[in-house]
Amino acid sequence: MTTAVEIATALPSQFPSATPRASADCPAFSVPAAEAIAVLQWLRDDQGYDFLMDVTAVDWSAEQSPRFTVVWHLYSSTRHAYVRLAANCESDTEPAMPTATGLWAGAGWHERETYDLLGIKFTGHPDLRRILMWDGYPYHPLRKDFPLAGLPTELHDAEIAAEVKEGVIAAPMAGGPFVATPGEPMSEAEPRAKDEAWNEKNEKPE
Amino acid sequence: MATEAPEITYNSKIEGELFVTKADAAINWLRNNSMWPMPMGLACCAIELMAAASSRYDIARFGAEVMRFSPRQADCMIVAGTVTYKMAPIVRRIYDQMAAPKWVIAMGACASSGGMYRSYATLQGVDRIVPVDVYVSGCPPRPEALLDALLKLQNKVKKERSLSKLLSA
Amino acid sequence: MATDFSFPDSAAKAANLPREFEPEKMSLSMGPSHPSTHGVLRVQFELDGETVTKADPIVGYLHRGDEKIAENMTYNQFVPYTDRLDYLAPLANNAIYAHAVEQLAGLKVPDRVNAIRVITSEMARISAHLMGLGAYGIDVGAWTVFMYTFEEREKLYKLFEKLTGARFTTSYSRIGGVSRDLPPGWLEEVDAFCKQFLPILDEVLGLLSRNKIFLDRTVDIGVIAKADAISYGLSGPNLRGSGVPNDLRKDRPYWGYEQYDFDVPVGSKGDCYDRYLCRGEEMKQSVRIIQQCIAKFPGGDWFARDARRIFAPPKDKVLSSMEELINNFMIVTEGPQMPAGEVYFEGEAPKGLLGFYIVSKGGGVPYRMKIRSPSFCNLSILPKMCVGNLVSDVVSILGSLDFVMGECDR
Repeated sequence: MTTAVEIATALPSQFPSATPRASADCPAFSVPAAEAIAVLQWLRDDQGYDFLMDVTAVDWSAEQSPRFTVVWHLYSSTRHAYVRLAANCESDTEPAMPTATGLWAGAGWHERETYDLLGIKFTGHPDLRRILMWDGYPYHPLRKDFPLAGLPTELHDAEIAAEVKEGVIAAPMAGGPFVATPGEPMSEAEPRAKDEAWNEKNEKPE
Repeated sequence: MATEAPEITYNSKIEGELFVTKADAAINWLRNNSMWPMPMGLACCAIELMAAASSRYDIARFGAEVMRFSPRQADCMIVAGTVTYKMAPIVRRIYDQMAAPKWVIAMGACASSGGMYRSYATLQGVDRIVPVDVYVSGCPPRPEALLDALLKLQNKVKKERSLSKLLSA
Repeated sequence: MATDFSFPDSAAKAANLPREFEPEKMSLSMGPSHPSTHGVLRVQFELDGETVTKADPIVGYLHRGDEKIAENMTYNQFVPYTDRLDYLAPLANNAIYAHAVEQLAGLKVPDRVNAIRVITSEMARISAHLMGLGAYGIDVGAWTVFMYTFEEREKLYKLFEKLTGARFTTSYSRIGGVSRDLPPGWLEEVDAFCKQFLPILDEVLGLLSRNKIFLDRTVDIGVIAKADAISYGLSGPNLRGSGVPNDLRKDRPYWGYEQYDFDVPVGSKGDCYDRYLCRGEEMKQSVRIIQQCIAKFPGGDWFARDARRIFAPPKDKVLSSMEELINNFMIVTEGPQMPAGEVYFEGEAPKGLLGFYIVSKGGGVPYRMKIRSPSFCNLSILPKMCVGNLVSDVVSILGSLDFVMGECDR
């Protein structure tokens, strides 16, 4: 636990704008977007967090501002400890964040994936294009306003699309996954109950 | 109007080394027992496909161990695994490159109907882009289920009117 | 005056690009339907004769939307999706995911659960490495290795089937425990498997380790420097083959790994041969761990008995007692109730470090789940590694990286 205590005091003293963040396991900090790269560099060079494990982002939905938060996870192979760093993107409509590829080459693919799925542009990235969806895909699927079933669009190969006369359709959810929320009547949650004539609200017909 | 399976008959005392049969029977028999699969192994079902090809569940008993990755040399495309929208045009291209006669086995839940991946990226069934002859259910289907599918395909091929197709094409 | 090559998606578009004919450089697309790409990977090469000058892996052909699906499923409903990440070692993925979610709740599981997770993870490690070895053998031309390793995997499948009901895609973990206890006699069968496995493993490795053709194809091919391995975030045998002795089971032990005595093989040069040797030796160490675990296997509960809102109670109680009935109903319909918070947990999966970053706003459904996939990170080094090698070496390099597209694309 000594490493957790060390970094919990060392980071805010070095970067006063960093605030601690609630976390179930490792020390976590929120920093302003402009300082994120400086903090990452300090963590790597001074504190020995030599591995960048993951770069990802969270979309807090269009009602929230700030909407996007980019999260980095670092690991120190000498101290055997993790640290999490989070920074909110300044803009909600055109989210952007400086790239970490100058520090770790492995950030390249993680940032491409975050751009692909959430639409966050990483300024300074040498090759920011889609990685999991195809190049012409018009949406950012992991955003909260994008439905799980997807939105209709065209296949990326025009020849084949013309031959099979198929496109990308919204997947048939048939009432969706069976998950209830507290307080919700079961007829709203269970897919089969939506089809039946009787539920909590309607009596069974005679 | 399904015709009954044509039988091959052979009686050496009367006919010697010559046997007379229907052209359909002979052609279908040849096609059945050397059905070379093109494994479109995309995801986990590919592992069960490999298990069906290895020594315990030997697919070589049915003449189908020759897994040809070149579509020009294959008869039957086994779509094993989830087909995503990014992969779908490629599956169709490869199907187009196969020479007739060709058949398709949709192996597993994901290939048959999209499986448990009802999402924005998954093609909800490979039969949206290629015509499928046999569907195998399972996630993944056991190798025995794949062998059963192969046998069902063989039964289907046995009943085809191959000669008339060849002559009319 | 070399023109900068772009890598468009459709091959048809590439043929029509107005560009000067460069006699030295050729653009070649390998995959996604290719026998040696271990799944649906596409690599776009720029070749100078046989030598690779540029390599651009294009992934995403198996992107099924797991992370978006996770935002719509309860924690227990997501377990089958974790099977299909690294589908060669599903038990390991299940266990790592369950542990990550349990950390979110601060839940401690009994020792028996940890021991079960250790044994199943190590068996999954053996299974995954056997598959990697077999596939690597086929790629470089050794068919027999594949046959032998698959027969051993069939024996493992039989054990998995006895335990979980499925050969692979086991969906064995639940949040707070496992889905069923060990069947009687299962531990003895695992022990018997381990005893007969070691001589066969020696025989299989003997087919390759001193084989002149294999050595020619793997020694000094695909060298990953230590600094590169760290910078690109590699993990697992790929990292250890380059001389970095990181193994999370030793560095930050979980599930009680600190009680078991095992070594971690570390390579020296970082070429394909080192990674192959690492995997072979890791299998032997896994057998060691399994045998030690069986020797001191704890009794007790196979689930966290006090986790009332998280783990579904035993069925006999559910059908007879009101409180358990309600808890079961809530857990099935709303999901295991987790507190709000964030957690990131990584486990040493066979392919490397598999991590789950879970953001929860309370309730039974995660708000955001990010799966940190080892194969995704391992593949990112491909552009750097392939340059300067021959095209035929690329097949050897891909086999030695031992990635799985199900995990890479999620």
